[in-house]
Amino acid sequence: MTARTASPSVAKAPREERYTFDNERVLGPLMLAPAIIYIVALVGFPLVLAVLYAFSTATAGDPRIDSWDDFVGLRNFRAVLNDGVFTKALRNTIFFTLASQAIVIVLANILSQIMLADFPGKKIFRFLVMLPWTTPIALSVLGWFWIFDSVYSPIDWLMRQMNLLGPGTMFGPARNMYWLGETELAQGAVLMIHVWRTLPLATVILLGGLTSIPNDINEAADIDGAGFWRKLFYIRLPLLLPIMAIAMLFSMIFTFTDLTVSLVLTRGGPVNDTQVLSSWAYFKGIQGGNLSQGAAVALFMLPVLIAIAIGMLRLARRGAND
Amino acid sequence: MATTHTPESNVKIQDISPTRVKARRVAGRGLLYTLATMFALFAALPFAWMVLTVFKTNEDLYNPQNNPFIYNQPPTLDNLRLLWNDTNFPTFVANTLIVALLVVIITVVVVVPAAYSLVRLSSRWGESLGMLIFLVYLVPPTLLFIPMTGIIADLGLQNSKYAMVLVYPTFTIPFCTWLLMGFMRNFPWEIEEQAMIDGYSRLQAIWKTVIPIIIPGILTVIIFSFTLTLHEFVYSLAFVQASSDKTLSVGVFTELIRGDAYFWQSLMAAAAVIAFPVAFVYNMFLDRFVQGFTVGAVKG
Amino acid sequence: MAIVEVRNLVKQFSDEVTAVDNINIRTADGEFLVLLGPSGCGKSTLLRMLGGLEQPTSGDILIGDRVVTHLPPRARQIAMVFQSYALYPHMTVRNNIAFPLKAAKLTKEEQEKKIQWASSILGIDHLLKRKPGQLSGGQRQRVALARALVREPNVFLLDEPLSNLDAQMRASARDEIQMFQSQIGTTTIYVTHDQVEAMGMGHRIAVLNHGRIQQIGTPREIYETPANTFVATFVGSPPMNLVPHGNTLIGFRPENLKPVQGDVDIDNYLELRQDSIREEYLGSEKLVYGEINGIKAVARLAANHEVSHPEGSSARVMVHRRDIRVFDKESGEAIQQEPPRIITSSEPAAPSVPGFTPSPEQVVS
Repeated sequence: MTARTASPSVAKAPREERYTFDNERVLGPLMLAPAIIYIVALVGFPLVLAVLYAFSTATAGDPRIDSWDDFVGLRNFRAVLNDGVFTKALRNTIFFTLASQAIVIVLANILSQIMLADFPGKKIFRFLVMLPWTTPIALSVLGWFWIFDSVYSPIDWLMRQMNLLGPGTMFGPARNMYWLGETELAQGAVLMIHVWRTLPLATVILLGGLTSIPNDINEAADIDGAGFWRKLFYIRLPLLLPIMAIAMLFSMIFTFTDLTVSLVLTRGGPVNDTQVLSSWAYFKGIQGGNLSQGAAVALFMLPVLIAIAIGMLRLARRGAND
Repeated sequence: MATTHTPESNVKIQDISPTRVKARRVAGRGLLYTLATMFALFAALPFAWMVLTVFKTNEDLYNPQNNPFIYNQPPTLDNLRLLWNDTNFPTFVANTLIVALLVVIITVVVVVPAAYSLVRLSSRWGESLGMLIFLVYLVPPTLLFIPMTGIIADLGLQNSKYAMVLVYPTFTIPFCTWLLMGFMRNFPWEIEEQAMIDGYSRLQAIWKTVIPIIIPGILTVIIFSFTLTLHEFVYSLAFVQASSDKTLSVGVFTELIRGDAYFWQSLMAAAAVIAFPVAFVYNMFLDRFVQGFTVGAVKG
Repeated sequence: MAIVEVRNLVKQFSDEVTAVDNINIRTADGEFLVLLGPSGCGKSTLLRMLGGLEQPTSGDILIGDRVVTHLPPRARQIAMVFQSYALYPHMTVRNNIAFPLKAAKLTKEEQEKKIQWASSILGIDHLLKRKPGQLSGGQRQRVALARALVREPNVFLLDEPLSNLDAQMRASARDEIQMFQSQIGTTTIYVTHDQVEAMGMGHRIAVLNHGRIQQIGTPREIYETPANTFVATFVGSPPMNLVPHGNTLIGFRPENLKPVQGDVDIDNYLELRQDSIREEYLGSEKLVYGEINGIKAVARLAANHEVSHPEGSSARVMVHRRDIRVFDKESGEAIQQEPPRIITSSEPAAPSVPGFTPSPEQVVS
């Protein structure tokens, strides 16, 4: 070989070090461990505990399950099923979830179409439309709380101005609607708030799906002479099915397990008419201190959750594979 | 000379005159704007309400005869002063910020190595495990909060804000791991390999070449941990009864509605002051949020 | 400067996928060895194992007589240049080059000296303050080389460094790399799928396919005496002609297939017949396509060669016997014999003539 071009020489002593941390097989699990430990310890373990509590005598004062005596079989479940509120709570939970879901899906489809279009002020529009989802729910419901107030409700005021409320009118003779005091009205209000809150989430997920429909499919349909409705039913909707399934999965889970709306708006009232499983679990378990009964109530949510998740994911997969 | 016949076409060409097209377009536009306005009103109504109420005087507000949509008396800042000076609001703010800061730190420290490990070091089952971890986010707090309360009581953290610091990462970690994995999937890993060849150990290579480039992802993790923390209500409601350690979402609800004496304006002020900044930030990162939901789910 | 040696190296990614299948190589000190093969042949995997980025399933790697098989990259005193150059996007060119020096814990002055030295050799002194995003492809390559050079490694590993350059740049870059290597004199292992590139560079070429070495030799050996039909057809453009002849395959390069003019000296030439001729004029040369013994064959002639064939015609062609290579029909391996003189299938093959090329795996001292 030809002579090397000399470089400024620098003494270098190669060092022998231990190389354990370079080993992928060691490093990989090590880096993943904290996350896994966290999840197993603080999600997995409580999940198991939730089941155990339901069969035990745990209370807020004595939360430990120390011995076999603490297990009482189905006693908690019997107590829970017998107290009359449970059935109401179960019914309400199912009703709120399914009804709000049906409405949300229709509205989300319309709203996502609107958001595909271009118009001035679109950014502000998006910000406003997303507000119900992006704000903390406990705070946004407070706004509704005032709107539905039994004395000062602005809706009532409007209705009074239009002569719909008050003595001798259609909705009278009272001067207020007592939105949160009348069973049907309160339930309607809770339902509406659930729709109001999950609509942005469903819309934005659908939007993600809509924008991923390749343009050529739309254009091919246009060339083939397909009108708006035909395009909608034969092309858009089928392609959107997996994304809609995802949107519905998430909105249903959030609505089904929600505690805040019922609690903040009506405290479950009037007379437990807007109670849902999770809020009832709260009243029994936390406020009442009876952890075991609270756990029993909450446990009823688990099978339904799993069923929803499996059902939707299967739908999504089938749609994606077509 | 033969005459050429153009045969009569059987296909009817629709008579679309320019004016008709324009009319249709205008009608379509009109429909669009009408619907858009309706949706915007529906969504924003309670918030408009909140903001309006903040500056109303008591005499103005607590009069059912008054038009609630206007200021019948001049707007005032008294309610804001009251909120800051006469209630526990500042305590709630401080608590929330402390909890948020600690939760963000814990989340980042746990999530960055986890996401790296799943994307880089476990190629075959890393994706599936990542998705499984994301699904943990969907396990509802209302299912876990009862046993969690027991655990917290057992650990002696009852009524302490550190209970929340301990528990909040259970949902920030699953969500943010999946989120950060999304950022890392398209990383040019040759750069990391180059660093190892250049004389660095893997950990050093990660620190010097991967992390600096992944900063936007880490920032997103910070943002989402922060907003998810501020949104949380159920755990803080269950764990903390003492005012001193309450966070904003619970404190505003439980303490500012005191029996018959309403502090509505201050309540609305508190709600608005928190809600809008959180919404603003969340809105900026909304696309990433949705990506987290749909990428894995639809692909899988 | 070191000898790189690989012994019985195997890399299996799964039960079905064996990327590297029992490879043995030993370079000379300061040698420029090219690993050539189609994509998926295992050359990049082999290079990565040399670099310590992949762990072999079995076998050993030695650099400078030191066993490095399980050592991480930083312990091997090597430098590597990736196809994408892998420049650190968030650092300036200067810091890119300084990066390995910082790992070696050199003082600031020492670093500065080496940076100046390397950047002047590569001609990038004026680029030190820029960031990779502001450089052209060719400049990036030089920065990558400077960064590799600055470590004064025992071995350079280059993974298709020219693939990202456009055709124009490639030729001059090839020159530069070669000059660079002979100047510096470090053992270099260079991976490419481009056989023109391989032939133009390198002291020796190792041709790989399906994770195995098909042949190692100088470019001339590879070209003139391929060890099997794969090497014969992979190297050379157009590839070597392979036609059936008796119970073997005979091979000859297009430039050795000549038209018959007048009488044929059958002692030295083998006469054949080419049918369905189609000529292709390429400016610098002309290619004559056709079929010999039923197989497509090409002849390469000067562009202004006096012989010209009408389309579809047949012609007598010949090849000098010394330019013919014989391959086994089934295995594709080269056979050391002369082809039969007369084209009849019943005649026994002529006795083998010694003095042909040696077998595929060659150890060069």
